[in-house]
Amino acid sequence: MKQKYMLPLTGVFLLFVLAYAGVEGAGMQWFFGIVVPYAAVLAFLAGFVYRVMGWASSAVPFRIPTTCGQQKSLPWIKQNRIDNPDTTAGVFVRMVLEITLFRSLFRNTKAAFNRNEKSRLTYSWEIFLWLGALAFHYAFLAVLLRHLRFFLNPVPAFVKVLEYFDGIIQLGLPIVMISGVLLLAAALFLLARRIFDEKVSYISLAADYFPLFLIIGIAVTGIFMRYFTKVDILGVKTFTMGLVTFHPVIPEGVGGLFYAHVFMVSILFAYIPVSKLMHMGGVFLSPTRNMANNTRIKRHINPWNYDVDIHTYEQYEDHFRDKMIDAGLPVDKKE
Amino acid sequence: MSKNAIIAGLAAFVIAALFPFWFNLGGTDAAPEPELSAKAKAAGKCVLDKYDMRANHMSLLDEWRDAVVRDADRKYDAANGKQFQMSLSTGEDSCLGCHEDKEKFCDKCHTYASVDPYCWECHTTPKEINQ
Repeated sequence: MKQKYMLPLTGVFLLFVLAYAGVEGAGMQWFFGIVVPYAAVLAFLAGFVYRVMGWASSAVPFRIPTTCGQQKSLPWIKQNRIDNPDTTAGVFVRMVLEITLFRSLFRNTKAAFNRNEKSRLTYSWEIFLWLGALAFHYAFLAVLLRHLRFFLNPVPAFVKVLEYFDGIIQLGLPIVMISGVLLLAAALFLLARRIFDEKVSYISLAADYFPLFLIIGIAVTGIFMRYFTKVDILGVKTFTMGLVTFHPVIPEGVGGLFYAHVFMVSILFAYIPVSKLMHMGGVFLSPTRNMANNTRIKRHINPWNYDVDIHTYEQYEDHFRDKMIDAGLPVDKKE
Repeated sequence: MSKNAIIAGLAAFVIAALFPFWFNLGGTDAAPEPELSAKAKAAGKCVLDKYDMRANHMSLLDEWRDAVVRDADRKYDAANGKQFQMSLSTGEDSCLGCHEDKEKFCDKCHTYASVDPYCWECHTTPKEINQ
């Protein structure tokens, strides 16, 4: 047992118990169901805007794209237009692929000593982080979009189409949604990686474990409500529609587990701007990805250059002309 | 990236994030009430009580389907002491025997909560046939 993950695990557990006991014991539905979600949405949006505006106002004086291919060069040398883009179009393609397919993670390698008497250091391709991350992010996106059915009336067609494909295996009733299962499985895999891979474990801090535990908690409570303990969906939608139409209501017959779920989701949203989860907005602003490598084509002038007081050769010669002539040195202007 | 592009992207994100708030503007947010037919009102008792039924009817139907199809077991002893026919649409004491109007009873909530049960890929409602 390592304290690095015991603290966030305990924290998430306490958050769950707080909301569950607060609702079941103290009857504080209005707090966990109305006050906290509104506060979380405000904190999320204000914090998100604040963080991005902070990044937007920081100076990016240099072109620092990470180049992963041949630069634009002589006409007969083939350029890699995406991995070493010199145009905005190339940068756009690179960014789209990075954001949707995590290409830089795809290149992930691991270093390990061979398990024989030579024990040479070997680098090998490590695809599982990429696979786990891709599964996790897309499952999360699908789950998030599916939840729009609680917040929109009438439910638009794209949500229904997503639900149809998500439940296409038609397993059980209510039908198993692939994204929910995948989200939990991928989050557990990413957690297992942090705990059992010693090199990753060494660099993992509480801030790495907390969001993982929180998301696992959210997924587990969600899955429990859908498949096991069950919840009155009509009551839930009455509640969520109340929130988004600013006429909050507390429905009858919806228990503590639901409010614990809502509370943990609220904490997650409020936590995003103050944490590494801001990579959601930050990935668009990665200067090593979103810049064209055109330093040899275009002159980039430092935006905060001031006029430097320089001493030109003409001024130098004006100053020392007599001495230079006396010493026999060549001068451009004689008197 | 230029500051203007960042601000434009940020504004788009904030508007997208607030989607549920502006999508529902001017719409009706009232949750539908399933309408009980006169027969259901007269019977007064269903297989489970109200909130249990709301939360669990799909699992119950799933269990019934297995019981009927695999074990030919068609009798359901409810917790309230009554006995029911395990059937969605056949007979007087099946689900639809009492809740006669699918549109007013089943569909109201299913549509509201975007639930699309595949019951009706095999079953039909007696009313639809008569029409």
